Amino acid sequence: MENIKFQIEKSSRIEKLISTLYENMPEIESSRGILITESYKMTEALPIIKRRSAAFAHILRNIPIIIRDGELIVGSATLAPRGCQVFPEYSYEWLLSELDTVSTRAADPFYISEKTKAELREIYPWWHGKTCSDLARANMAPEAYAAFTEHAIFTPGNYFYNGIGHVCVDYAKVLKSGYRGIIREAEAALDALDFSDPEYIKRTAFLEAVIESCEAVIDYAKRYADLALEKANAESSPARRSELLRIAKNCTRVPEFGAESFYEACQSFWFVQLLLQVESSGHSISPGRFDQYMYPYYKKDVDRGLITTEAAQELIDCIWVKLNDINKVRDAASADGFAGYGMFQNLIVGGQDIHGMDATNDLSYMCLEASMHVPLPQPSISIRVWNGSPEPLLLKAAALTRLGTGLPAYYNDEIIIPSIMARGLTLEDARDYCIIGCVEPQKAGKTDGWHDAAFFNMCRPMELAFSRGYDKGTKIGVDTPDVSEMKSFEEFYDAYKAQQSYMIKLLVNANNAIDAAHAVRCPLPFQSCMVEDCIGRGKSLQEGGAVYNFTGPQGFGIANNTDGLIAIKKLVFEEKRFTLPELRDALEANFGYGYTPAAAEKMTVEVAKKLSEYGMEINDSAIRTIYEELVTASALDEGLKTRYREIKRMIEEEAPKYGNDIYEVDMFARDVANTYTKEVEKYKNVRGGVFQAGLYPVSANVPLGAETGATPDARLAYTPLADGIGPASGRDVKGPTATANSVAKLEQGVASNGTLLNQKFHPSALAGMSGLTKFVALIRSYFDQKGMHVQFNVVTRETLLDAQKNPEKYKTLVVRVAGYSALFTTLSRSLQDDIIARTEQGW
Amino acid sequence: MEKTKGRIFNIQRFSIHDGPGIRTIVFFKGCVLRCAWCSNPESQNFDIEKLSENGREKTVGRDVTVEQIMPEILADLPYYRRSGGGVTISGGEVLCQTDFAAELLRECKECGIHTAIETAASLPFEKFEKILPYLDLCLMDIKHMDPEKHREYTGRDNALILENARRLSESGVELIIRTPVIPTFNDTREDIKAISDFARSLKGVKEHHLLPYHRLGSDKYAGLGRNYSMKDILPPSDEKMRYLLSVAEESGLSCQIGG
Repeated sequence: MENIKFQIEKSSRIEKLISTLYENMPEIESSRGILITESYKMTEALPIIKRRSAAFAHILRNIPIIIRDGELIVGSATLAPRGCQVFPEYSYEWLLSELDTVSTRAADPFYISEKTKAELREIYPWWHGKTCSDLARANMAPEAYAAFTEHAIFTPGNYFYNGIGHVCVDYAKVLKSGYRGIIREAEAALDALDFSDPEYIKRTAFLEAVIESCEAVIDYAKRYADLALEKANAESSPARRSELLRIAKNCTRVPEFGAESFYEACQSFWFVQLLLQVESSGHSISPGRFDQYMYPYYKKDVDRGLITTEAAQELIDCIWVKLNDINKVRDAASADGFAGYGMFQNLIVGGQDIHGMDATNDLSYMCLEASMHVPLPQPSISIRVWNGSPEPLLLKAAALTRLGTGLPAYYNDEIIIPSIMARGLTLEDARDYCIIGCVEPQKAGKTDGWHDAAFFNMCRPMELAFSRGYDKGTKIGVDTPDVSEMKSFEEFYDAYKAQQSYMIKLLVNANNAIDAAHAVRCPLPFQSCMVEDCIGRGKSLQEGGAVYNFTGPQGFGIANNTDGLIAIKKLVFEEKRFTLPELRDALEANFGYGYTPAAAEKMTVEVAKKLSEYGMEINDSAIRTIYEELVTASALDEGLKTRYREIKRMIEEEAPKYGNDIYEVDMFARDVANTYTKEVEKYKNVRGGVFQAGLYPVSANVPLGAETGATPDARLAYTPLADGIGPASGRDVKGPTATANSVAKLEQGVASNGTLLNQKFHPSALAGMSGLTKFVALIRSYFDQKGMHVQFNVVTRETLLDAQKNPEKYKTLVVRVAGYSALFTTLSRSLQDDIIARTEQGW
Repeated sequence: MEKTKGRIFNIQRFSIHDGPGIRTIVFFKGCVLRCAWCSNPESQNFDIEKLSENGREKTVGRDVTVEQIMPEILADLPYYRRSGGGVTISGGEVLCQTDFAAELLRECKECGIHTAIETAASLPFEKFEKILPYLDLCLMDIKHMDPEKHREYTGRDNALILENARRLSESGVELIIRTPVIPTFNDTREDIKAISDFARSLKGVKEHHLLPYHRLGSDKYAGLGRNYSMKDILPPSDEKMRYLLSVAEESGLSCQIGG
């Protein structure tokens, strides 16, 4: 057996909890939707913040509760395992229109009963015009709205339709003082208010809303205490009866008061984690540095002999299972992009403490062990790495990586700390960073990061540079010269930058419009009471209550644009192998190749529509002919077809590619990345903070690739774009060190909202202690060169192919998709293909 | 002075099975043996040749100076440092190009890089003497103790190899003995035991590695227009390898499967 620290036997309870959780398809429930509608109808006279707390309280006092068999940590948002509630205050039209298809769709299906459908159909009309999304749309410039909805330049859809989430609250404060302590804090702030303060009214309302929310949470826990008692009285097994009595005792004490034991701390943590996700539909509610704020409770109990390591491990494992009990239904299109029921609850271990010393403790190891015991997508476990990280911790992490769940993700303190300090964090706060959602760093309990603000597809402005700003027949960009007039590479590059900079302005407009809508329609008093300095300032997070405020939209397509621009520079301007207009035509003709069946289908519908508008008769055979022509490119002149294919071949074979450790190419990629990151950071948000860019697509490179025509890097139309900041799929041929060296040349620190590098390994690369040691060395070497993040897929190609063929055999197969882990079989086919196609590396 | 040129056919980065740590392998072209199972048949001839791969022809072999290939070797310096890795010369046979090898290894040592070679050791010991001053580790193959069987499967007997092994073990260089385990050739208890016992008799040798036969190179024979005589041979099973490992371990050496 390898010498890995903290190998603790898994309790038999955990397997049972997991199988209960995964017995059925997740289900949509209506109780929250009904309760919030009832409450909103009763509170129309109140300020919004009070309406929010009243609704939250109404929900918590009436929502059905359940204790599942064998649970030690209790609290579920739904009666059905992995079920989800609805949040009509954010948006509802999409779900209304998908009620009859949501259970049968390919990505992330949810069961919904006829009764629930009827209930939702009854409440939804009341919300017409009242949602956060309605206001966001009204706030937005029409140009920005069109760029987002009609032209898929960027997609801020996440917050347009849902809550923000993406926060790590001050869990330590709740563990220490309980909500009674927070109520006292709010009361003290109320007492200290100056009657002459012009903000007196707003502050009073906010603080009262905090108190009402905290009281509701306390009462909610007491409902669980009562239920546990009731179940204990009816329980025949003495062992389970005693567990239920302990649960009742825990829920009586926490989260009202500070936790006095590790078990109480676990239960208290869970109520916080759960209820943040009942208050709002925002995902990426991230537990952050769990090993740090839980440690004092663990240490105290272990020192006093009150808990064994095994018992503590079982509790942590139980929390890991519970993190998978929380779910969220998204619209069909988003589900394609976010597939895998992702909740992105990021939990991070290790790294430095606020003094710059190593913070690793026993719980750091036990959290990694829990992810071995509970091989499910949640939590998105991460590890902070720095020069002083103990080798055994990294070996433990590598052993987890080897299991092939795609976990953990590795983060580099040595670049992230200076990077976020440059955004204004203090040294201590920067050292205490955690990761939100996919890859976004923030200081927990002080930040409203608005991470994941939008996906920005950098390949779309490149298309606009070819079309003088036109898309689908409409002028949406700025004036740039026709490509036939461009005399130098620089002129083309400038046109691309001009188009992109304009689109970034629209992106900023869209983000700020949505941001402002959340402040007006969906401020969150409960969440806000656990983020500094909301209570001090007397305003919610959504209104700018946090110490640090950011907006972080993430760009992607760096590899495609780099490879494309390099090809243009070399083959068009230096070697004159073809002209820019010729390339433009080749792109329009998809390099003489047929379109993907999915794209061809969509285009056929459009063509047929156009033709019938012109009064032409469209029958089945005409439709079939159009489709055939699109799939096979048979309508194209043979001579042109040959020429366009030759152009594609030249680009593929004769232009150098990013990801192969070629200095000039990699430095150019750096410049391309900076065209986005350094433009984004010029702008301000509506909460008094600034924009900061990220560079990662989560999995949007697939659905947004399906909205992107052929690109000058020889990528065919509507196929996936490159993932993260890594090379385009299959173009890195020099192995993982060369890839890492290339990617490390990007100025990652400027992308302080996070970067993402996926590497794929065959399990044999991590075989034995020697394999693990070398793997750790690989990570450290990438980080020596200022890489920010890296994560790994360790799974064989054969396994993935077999999983495509026999999904029923692979129900629990987890792969790392971009910033998160997902169940492979729940992903769309094209995303599955993308994962399979990634260059296999390592042996 | 004209720079020494070497003929190589590949530089492979992130190699983790050819010496300690993460390594870059420089594959020399040309070998004196003709092992029937060779997984790099394109390494055997010194001549530059054409290999057809997935319907495309590529040229195997190029002449390079040390100066030309050092940038690619140095690119992974952070990885060598973190992992205790370095450079390994493989082949082909490094001893066929000792002037170039000596220059390359010397340059690596000057850059602080750990050096290793993989050799079949079937050339006169004088060849070794040129490179020993710059060599940290020698990974030496002993494929069989029976001279006739050795000749039958590799084209030469093993007399020179065994003598070189003795002399190398006395030279002070770190020496690891490796044996490719080839079914029908050397996969019996007797075969492995004989090699392991011999390795044990060498002064300073502490390790014996068993490398299981694989077929990953078999397509390349067709690509070179050659016949692969071992195409019906299956790789040894895991059980077999574990058994042979236990046999090798009887010698008291530290043994492992794989490099």
